[in-house]
Amino acid sequence: MGKTVRFVQGNEACVEGALYAGLNFYAGYPITPSTEIAELLSLKLPQRGGKFIQMEDEIASLCAIIGASLTGCKVMTATSGPGFSLMQEALGYAVMAEIPCVIVDVQRGGPSTGIPTHVSQGDVNQARWGTHGDHAIITLTASNHQDVFAITVEAFNLSETYRTPVILLFDEVVAHMREKLVLPEPGELHTVERLKTAVKEGVDYHPYLPREDGRLPMSDFGGVHRYNVTGLVHDMWGFPSTEPRVVHGLLRHLVDKIENRAHELARFKEFHLDDADIVLIAYGSSARSALHLVEERRRRGERLGLLELQTLWPFPADVVRTRCSRARAVVVVEMNMGQLLPSVKLAVERPDRVFLANRIDGVFITPADIHNILRIIQGKGV
Amino acid sequence: MAVKDYLRERFFPHLWCPGCGHGEVLGGLIRAIERLGLRKNDIVMVSGIGCSSRIVGYVDFHTMHTIHGRALAFATGVKLARPELTLIVPMGDGDALAIGGNHFIHAARRNIDLTAIVMNNRIYGMTGGQFSPLSGVNVSATTAPFRTIDKSFDIVELSRAAGATFVARSTTYHAQHLSEVIEKAIRHKGFSVVEVLTQCPTYFGRKNRIGDAPEMVKWLKDHTTPVGSKAKQENPALIERGVFVDLEAPEYCEEYGRLVERAMGGRR
Repeated sequence: MGKTVRFVQGNEACVEGALYAGLNFYAGYPITPSTEIAELLSLKLPQRGGKFIQMEDEIASLCAIIGASLTGCKVMTATSGPGFSLMQEALGYAVMAEIPCVIVDVQRGGPSTGIPTHVSQGDVNQARWGTHGDHAIITLTASNHQDVFAITVEAFNLSETYRTPVILLFDEVVAHMREKLVLPEPGELHTVERLKTAVKEGVDYHPYLPREDGRLPMSDFGGVHRYNVTGLVHDMWGFPSTEPRVVHGLLRHLVDKIENRAHELARFKEFHLDDADIVLIAYGSSARSALHLVEERRRRGERLGLLELQTLWPFPADVVRTRCSRARAVVVVEMNMGQLLPSVKLAVERPDRVFLANRIDGVFITPADIHNILRIIQGKGV
Repeated sequence: MAVKDYLRERFFPHLWCPGCGHGEVLGGLIRAIERLGLRKNDIVMVSGIGCSSRIVGYVDFHTMHTIHGRALAFATGVKLARPELTLIVPMGDGDALAIGGNHFIHAARRNIDLTAIVMNNRIYGMTGGQFSPLSGVNVSATTAPFRTIDKSFDIVELSRAAGATFVARSTTYHAQHLSEVIEKAIRHKGFSVVEVLTQCPTYFGRKNRIGDAPEMVKWLKDHTTPVGSKAKQENPALIERGVFVDLEAPEYCEEYGRLVERAMGGRR
């Protein structure tokens, strides 16, 4: 049987990936450039008996999917910068209450209303630190539609495995560009189902007592275990506590379950890194231009390589350090004022050899843009 | 079942101040649920932030203590995902109608089958006595040292206008009536609102020199009257209590079920 091949927008690839992963509840609010995700799911979810609801704002959208997740649904919402700003308090709630959910932020120019129809990668640090308080977060991205599909499946898998919100940080170029998508067959990609508690009715269930492997089996609302879910610091039953030992233990658990796994959560792609003396580090649509330049300069005998990051947070510092150890120069390519740059500098042995190649004018960064900056770094002039 | 079988007794005594009306709402709610014969596993109670929202910690249901003003949005997600569950959403006046006002009117507009209980003590208690959108004019509060100039919402009229299909008002003085209207509200299919006029002696009473809790409860007795009573005609300043709206109308989750049938083209 032949594969199903489609010619789609990135937003549609995200929708297909989410449905493949088992998405059955979506709540959202229209915002450019993410709206196609809501439009497509308003069609596709009811057709398969799933739930779609258009809420009154982005705050309500994230709140609604958190509520639905507690009943056992696989849930998602999608937005862009201004809506992502509104979601930050509820995002912190999902972190604190450890509720699986996937939040898509299709980045556009900011701050504020910015340039809604143009590209940017300006929400990288908001994804990391947008909600208040110490916490860890998983943020993933991709540069082409096949990867958008796969990383969306991965977002659901990690969200269920670690009981945490996962942010899919796409950008306007990937979201609206059309290209080929080969739909994987059922079973071709691994999908993680929710870990449910084996504790029987009438036996004390501890919703917030991690197993030895750190995982927290869940019990659906409406099931046999009645417990409390709160954004307050809570004990293993989910009830509020100000006991210093409990506070410390919970914060450590929330951060360690993700930060201590930075290495295994690292998703990335390598292109010509073996002998590269200049390493480009890029992600999302910027990685497309970076890859184009690398292939072009390779044909001229220049030893350029690309490290494309798909996991942005927790920052894959080990991966960056090892891949950059022999490089004369490391060039971070992003469409912002250098939001990932400081993390790269912290990771490598020679931070003085890390440079930024960027655009912040709402225009997609081209291979020529990156090449011009490389020439300046190499002292060749423009 | 006895009332105590619905409670998480290990968390008592509760955190509310002596004389607070919230415990009477809890009592009325539990007795209503007892009469309805609902199973504890079938009830989800979702609250926001504030004194009133801490009610969820004391009841032995599936409980969710969420973020300020957003309880109805969380509850909407739970209900649409599992329409067979009974959703009860206790809120304070500031929680429901200041920060949560948008979610309140939209839940009413959808006519989704949630029971909203607004415990209206006309003050922000948890933060120490600031005026709320239900305080009304000429009220003293810690953020109104020269008394309020902000007009109040009328929860009944707001709910009716927004599309709620069951709207009632009661008070903590009228404990029996309070429990009865909560029972009717839960039984009602669609978005139900019960406004409960309640007392905050610690802040509202003290700041406005109304007196202690018994005097505040007596104030509720003296200043309210059954809906449509002759007393109201003679004294329009009286606040009416009773059932104001009780309509049959398409409920959101049932309509969604029909939408799915259309989308699946009868394949289900």
